[in-house]
Amino acid sequence: MSEKTSPATAAAPPPDEHQRMEVGAEAVPRSRFARIMASSAGRNLGLVVALAVVCVIGVITAGDLFADVDNVITILRLAVVVGIVSIGMTFVIIGGGIDLSVGAIVALASVWATTVATQQLAADFHWIIIVFTAMAVGAGCGLVNGVLVAYGRIAPFIATLAMFAAARGLAEIISDKRNQLVDDPGYVDFFARELFGVPVLVYVFALVAAIGWVLLNRTTFGRRTIAVGGNEEAARLAGIKVQRHTVYLYVLLGVACGIAAAMLLARTGTGTAQHGVLLELDAIAAVVIGGTLLTGGRGTIVGTVLGVLIFQTLSNIFTLNNLDTSDQAVAKGVIIVAAVLLQQFVAKRAGST
Amino acid sequence: MSRIMNKSLLTRVAALAAVGGLLFACTSNESGDDGGADEQSAVSDNDDPGKTVTIGFSGPEADHGWLAAINDSAEAEAAEYDDIELRVAEGTNDPNQQISQIETFINGGVDAIVLLPTDGDALTEVATQAMEAGIIVVNVDREFSSPFAARTTILGDNYGMGVSAGTYACGIIEEEGISDPVIAEIQGIASLPLTQDRSQGFADALESCGESVDNQVSAEFTVESGEEVASNLLQAAPEIDVIWNHDDDQGVGVKQAFDNAGRDEFAFIGGAGSCQAMDLIESGEMEATVLYPPTQAADGIKLARLLAQDKGLSDLVQVEVPTRIVLNAPVVTADNVEEYRSLCFES
Repeated sequence: MSEKTSPATAAAPPPDEHQRMEVGAEAVPRSRFARIMASSAGRNLGLVVALAVVCVIGVITAGDLFADVDNVITILRLAVVVGIVSIGMTFVIIGGGIDLSVGAIVALASVWATTVATQQLAADFHWIIIVFTAMAVGAGCGLVNGVLVAYGRIAPFIATLAMFAAARGLAEIISDKRNQLVDDPGYVDFFARELFGVPVLVYVFALVAAIGWVLLNRTTFGRRTIAVGGNEEAARLAGIKVQRHTVYLYVLLGVACGIAAAMLLARTGTGTAQHGVLLELDAIAAVVIGGTLLTGGRGTIVGTVLGVLIFQTLSNIFTLNNLDTSDQAVAKGVIIVAAVLLQQFVAKRAGST
Repeated sequence: MSRIMNKSLLTRVAALAAVGGLLFACTSNESGDDGGADEQSAVSDNDDPGKTVTIGFSGPEADHGWLAAINDSAEAEAAEYDDIELRVAEGTNDPNQQISQIETFINGGVDAIVLLPTDGDALTEVATQAMEAGIIVVNVDREFSSPFAARTTILGDNYGMGVSAGTYACGIIEEEGISDPVIAEIQGIASLPLTQDRSQGFADALESCGESVDNQVSAEFTVESGEEVASNLLQAAPEIDVIWNHDDDQGVGVKQAFDNAGRDEFAFIGGAGSCQAMDLIESGEMEATVLYPPTQAADGIKLARLLAQDKGLSDLVQVEVPTRIVLNAPVVTADNVEEYRSLCFES
């Protein structure tokens, strides 16, 4: 069994993760230490197994349609938007918060980035203005969320619920409830362009995931995030400026939403107040399936990415098999539970050695 | 700015033309644009100012292009008449809130209520109360469950849309002599009765020429969901002959997915009739779209006015306004797109 854990440990967060977990969980006894470490690694291993099982199902039921390079690219492309948001969401949830407003922020950012004024500016200068506008709008919304939660002492659930309503409303006002097309064809073309057979969109996702991994596992920022989420009071006593850090987390997620909105613009060529409906639930589901504790203090970026991929692969397989929508919904529910159970089972096996 | 102005002008023209088109579709050969609206609506003295009537209008939240066009055209239509005093309730997707809006109308003593319910069943009770209070209720698009809840009902034909799309698809298949064609269908929200009606009509029409739907996926009426399901659909079927997409709002995303994948080997048929879809039909990137006119509420306003003023439909022998009007669901193609341009809406 121990051979089984070692490769997963390599793929998963680095060995110093357990130190941070020590800060998070209340005084873990040394004897349980190895077990928790192993289970964290095992959790990711469990997800890899779950994804592999899903892929095997795909190959068996859909054959060549599934095991096709174009199809894999399609799955990755569809994972980009929810994936980028989920990576930002991982930080907020590890930090002990939650954000229900991500879908609305994505909608607002997509609309703001495609207003006549923004597009005019982009036409005069460069389409990159559109991306920066989306990121700035996301950061602004995140800042409001963060300040309300950290300094306004409003529960994250409520503060972001307010943003959930307000941001989409503002998006509807700005867009007059119409679709706003991206005028610059260069914008869509750039992100759809393929490098070594993979669209630029997917590289953006990979880059965001890599930055997220480094930020969580290799920087003080990441360590503080886990500390704040694990035990806020302990983190404060340890000298961490908890309130300011909380604001940073929501801004970080806001920026991620901005990037996601820019990618959504590239995918659909359209900014609309209808973007990102129920995105918050998809993101939270992917994060939690990825092994992040909803109560905060523990989580991994690798797990989140795997969680997103499992979801997208599932809907892809459903469509390839021409499944009825109602059947899909039932199957999805069953498979989510099965994936979590499988993940726990593998984690237990890995941890018991 | 100019876009917004264009839109309201457009919907106003659309509203007039729709009513004209509805009433005279059988007899008139005129196209509905370029002032045709005025000629069409001034056949009788029905448009002459009568006693002032107060009409309450309540509809769902205008969260997408088609519903926004419903509201805009209704208000534009009411503004055409000096003898209509329109009260517009704030759009909502909450049946409870809409019920209290109707109660407010009843208490306020309006002459007529034009109601596009968030849910036909949920609003039936309060609409019946309004009728019992002597208020004329005009039911738009989503039907009540009781015939006593409305004086007249005007609605689009969802089953007919499917039939039109399916019949048109059959035509393409026979014309081009495709043997064993691959037919795909992109639904809106699958659980809605209107979606099931559209799919049933499509399936029935296809059956008449011995075909059936090979791949069926459902989006959620949004651009994003359209792009997502269409991307997966294209992977599921490497070669497609005909695609019917139920809704042009989500069609923007569907079309983008086609472009992203570089696929255009199929005949792409839409639904609802957005201006973007008509642009694509004109430029040859889309085969056709099946109309589901966003001017029903505008027609509802006109009917409510006629009813409140004790007038009939001038082109019918009947003295009274009929109890039920079902709109036609014509197929818009490159050949007739100019004729239907005035009915389109910005999604």
